[in-house]
Amino acid sequence: MKKIVTGNEAAALAAKLARVQMVSAYPITPQTVIVENLADIIGRGELKAKYMPVESEHSAMASCIGASMVGARAFTASSSQGLAYMHEMLHYAAGARVPVVMVNCNRALTPPWNLYCDHTDSLAQRDTGWVQYYCADVQDVLDAILIAYGVAEQALLPVMINLEGFYLTHTSEVLDVPDQKTVDIFLPPYRPSNKLDVDDPKTFGNVCGTDLFSSIKYKRHCDTLSLERLWDQTAAKFHRHFNRLHSVVEAYQTEDADVCIIGIGTATGAMRLAVDRLRKEGLKAGSLRLAMIRPFPIEGFKKAVINAGHVIVIDRDVSFGAEGIVAQEVKAALFDRHGEVKLTGFIAGVGGNDISVETIVPLVRQAISGDGTAVAAGTTLWAEVLP
Amino acid sequence: MNEHAQKKRDLFTPGHFGCPGCGATLAMRQTLSVLGEDTIVAMPAGCWSTLIGIYPYTCLTVPVISVAFGSTAAMAAGIKAGLSIQGNDHTTVLAWAGDGGTFDIGLQALSGAAERNDDILFICYDNEAYMNTGIQRSSATPAGGWTTTTPDSALKGQKKKNMVEIMAAHRIPYAATASIGAPEDLNSKLKKAKNIKGSRFIHLFASCPTGWRHAPELSVEVARQAIKSRVFPLYEVSDGDVWHLSPMPEKVDVDTYLKHQGRFKKMLASDHQHFQKQVDDDWQRLLNKCRP
Repeated sequence: MKKIVTGNEAAALAAKLARVQMVSAYPITPQTVIVENLADIIGRGELKAKYMPVESEHSAMASCIGASMVGARAFTASSSQGLAYMHEMLHYAAGARVPVVMVNCNRALTPPWNLYCDHTDSLAQRDTGWVQYYCADVQDVLDAILIAYGVAEQALLPVMINLEGFYLTHTSEVLDVPDQKTVDIFLPPYRPSNKLDVDDPKTFGNVCGTDLFSSIKYKRHCDTLSLERLWDQTAAKFHRHFNRLHSVVEAYQTEDADVCIIGIGTATGAMRLAVDRLRKEGLKAGSLRLAMIRPFPIEGFKKAVINAGHVIVIDRDVSFGAEGIVAQEVKAALFDRHGEVKLTGFIAGVGGNDISVETIVPLVRQAISGDGTAVAAGTTLWAEVLP
Repeated sequence: MNEHAQKKRDLFTPGHFGCPGCGATLAMRQTLSVLGEDTIVAMPAGCWSTLIGIYPYTCLTVPVISVAFGSTAAMAAGIKAGLSIQGNDHTTVLAWAGDGGTFDIGLQALSGAAERNDDILFICYDNEAYMNTGIQRSSATPAGGWTTTTPDSALKGQKKKNMVEIMAAHRIPYAATASIGAPEDLNSKLKKAKNIKGSRFIHLFASCPTGWRHAPELSVEVARQAIKSRVFPLYEVSDGDVWHLSPMPEKVDVDTYLKHQGRFKKMLASDHQHFQKQVDDDWQRLLNKCRP
């Protein structure tokens, strides 16, 4: 069935199709429509789940972890300040190995207050141990949430599905809604072998010595590294059921590209259009969408950018005092080719500015020729800075 | 109580990591003996997260999850919700936090759970300071009390927060004070709380010889003196509205309570008088509330 819905509506629909049993959430713009819709879906009895209107994001994640620890499928959604407030519990969820799935609606962090798109909120949670996926369109939102539960419950790791504030949360697109029966086949009920259970009492999260601590973290690191392949395997299974593919890396015309434009989120659509225009103008350009940032999809990445001599990263975020966070990731992934590849990093679109073809093409020109309006700050070039 | 525990199976097995004379261990042992095997415990950072044992050792034989400091009530509410959506309405979910995890960092999550009337039993084992980190002041530390962050040069000036009044203001079905110094009263309150649906709160006084600077063998006696002196009176509140005084022994002066504890030794005679007046005023306020 096809519908015209926003990214937020698609997220709520996905949670319903996944038959989540616990929704615990705190409202924040631009996430609110997701939890409003779920409150109503549960209230009308269309989904057998507990809706917990908690007093904070910290409690939202804590209660999702609690529900997951007894074997219930849990869902929450947040954004920006809320995600930052949840930070402690993000570490906890990954450490406790609970397959909670969360939608984060990317929004700028204050001060100054700004409700619009910015990736710094989720990228600042990069090291919490969550799998991070960045959606490109509304269909991607619904499908990625379903794939995320499949991946999370196999790996016993939490997954954060990111959709951009307003660009995706509030933009309507055509959505192909999968039927419930097929979703149920793709995503069977969650049945963990380890849980809080009075018939099989265990203690979780005790103090442990330094020797064992390292081993536990090592195991988690290995399991997280394996997520790139697990996602692609689960996405392939999803493709067989629904005929739509959602890979961790999406390459566009990179095989013969001299220049490769890299980014995350919806701007990667504009990057592909920019590639088309630049190729018409005689530049062999390609583009790469990193759908997954954690674990860093190193295999897919290396396959895709192997030939480009110049890599351009456009970040909608910044690590103050360093550079764009995606640029840092890309730089690290290219380290073994550092003598043969040039990298130019731009900061653009922070706080909601649109990253269109008209933004991207001049940035690429500036990366190549050195002439343009983006201003240098350390190793990055900032677009849209007032004179 | 012990007979009851032995008959069933003592859910608190030997080998805890607590200090000699620890009141919080007595509190847990009695609590589990009443709540029984069908109990899941969520406990935050605090004495209990250490004294339960270092992995792979544990002294409790019910399922336990050690949770983030401020998250106890939310975690417990999530556990209950997860059980309930899967059809389990019988398991008692016990949130078990110290005074820091209740009065201070845990208060927001606790207020949220109480306002939603989530079906959890929250017990605060109160030893009146951050004992696990080495005796730092909490908002449960009494005025005039020594801790490492209210040293002799700057003893605590503020009164102890009244936690049961805060919980009663949420109009939860059951809130009570209890003490390791009054085991029969504690037993009956635990039984009552176990069988009520919704948010239940017990403020459980648990002496701490290490932090209060008294002899370990005096733990129960000090708790009794707290009751006798009215420093820690026993009462319960139903639906936030009906206040009921529990059986109270004959009244003694606060000096009887203060004198055994090194943490109060720097208090001046005038401080003792001030303390006595505060206790008397609070006792009168409580009596007024408990009047039919």
